[in-house]
Amino acid sequence: MNVTVLYDDKLTTVDAHKTSGDDLWLAPDQFAKATGWKLEPQGLCKGDLCVQTNNDWLSDGNVNLTAFASHLGQPLVREESINAWAFGESVSARHDSMYSLQAPDFTLPDMHGKLHSLSDYRGKKVFIHSWGSY
Amino acid sequence: MWQVIHEELKDKGLQIIGVAFDTAGKAAVEANILAEDIAERPEVLARLMGWAPELWDKQSPPTYPCLIDENHEVAALYGMVNVPQGVWIDESGQIVRPPESAGTTSMVRHMDRETFEVPDAAAEEGFAIRTAYVDALRDWVDKGDKSDFVLPAEEAKKRLRGPELADVVAAAHVRLAKHLYGQGNIERAKHHFDAAVELCPDKWNYRRQAMMLEPESVGELCAGPEFFAAVDALGDEPYYPHADLTPVR
Repeated sequence: MNVTVLYDDKLTTVDAHKTSGDDLWLAPDQFAKATGWKLEPQGLCKGDLCVQTNNDWLSDGNVNLTAFASHLGQPLVREESINAWAFGESVSARHDSMYSLQAPDFTLPDMHGKLHSLSDYRGKKVFIHSWGSY
Repeated sequence: MWQVIHEELKDKGLQIIGVAFDTAGKAAVEANILAEDIAERPEVLARLMGWAPELWDKQSPPTYPCLIDENHEVAALYGMVNVPQGVWIDESGQIVRPPESAGTTSMVRHMDRETFEVPDAAAEEGFAIRTAYVDALRDWVDKGDKSDFVLPAEEAKKRLRGPELADVVAAAHVRLAKHLYGQGNIERAKHHFDAAVELCPDKWNYRRQAMMLEPESVGELCAGPEFFAAVDALGDEPYYPHADLTPVR
């Protein structure tokens, strides 16, 4: 069954092995596609970081994304009408980032579709000015 | 409107970046920054927003980056709660003034709800607040770290609106809302924006967006009965406190 996953800043459509209530079970390749975390002998790994797997969220070779995200403190919001599963950021990760006072980077398009990152302007004083058409 | 300040300060080392929190994306933003539109805007807006006539008259479409943030992602990253808010970031990437009102105040409390006219006393106060904010920005560009408006780290941290579980859940709702909006499912998009508003009632960027999701209202100003009812429901709470520019050392 195809499900839409929003994880970090990525939106993917993956083939779910099984869903049950809030639980979303994915085969490792689909899990990696949706989250960037790969199943390795030492656990689920992204770059140098590995999280030891746990029987609650690894079963018959499939990974329960909801339980894994919960382990990382990432909350789930669902939209059943389109089989979409959106995972929020962990509060503690956001908190640490915010209170470091290091301006978090972001990349967004301008009116012409050209992408700009905050980090492109390192070395200058930056005044971010938020607005909305409303 | 910041284009005038961009022209003035760009060669002195200031980079202005506009970020529009607009789920309808380009369609919503475009109408608000094109020259024709600016020319049509009545002077009443200058008074409402506190810009001096000599600056207001010189406005032109922005040449600094105006980015489109359909997920309100930058708001979530920085803990912003309304527009317009400003953040100052120094050359090393350190936040020296966390989000605060970028020169505006609760003018919505004073204006005529039909004509947007504000009484003279409120217009003068708004002008003073805008001028003080722009002058503070000039002072920072001029003096850098030595500026009285650069907050010490401890003070900057105190002023942050730290993330709680409600904030990260709300941000996930908004991402889902944007995805649904992109699929044309306005009703469910609105449902998730409303969920975000319920979780974070102080985030007016979510509230105002939630009220302006219908296709016919895209790009329009959020100033309907629902908006004013929400403002009135605040009672004595400020809608939008202006930036506290008292030097802290």
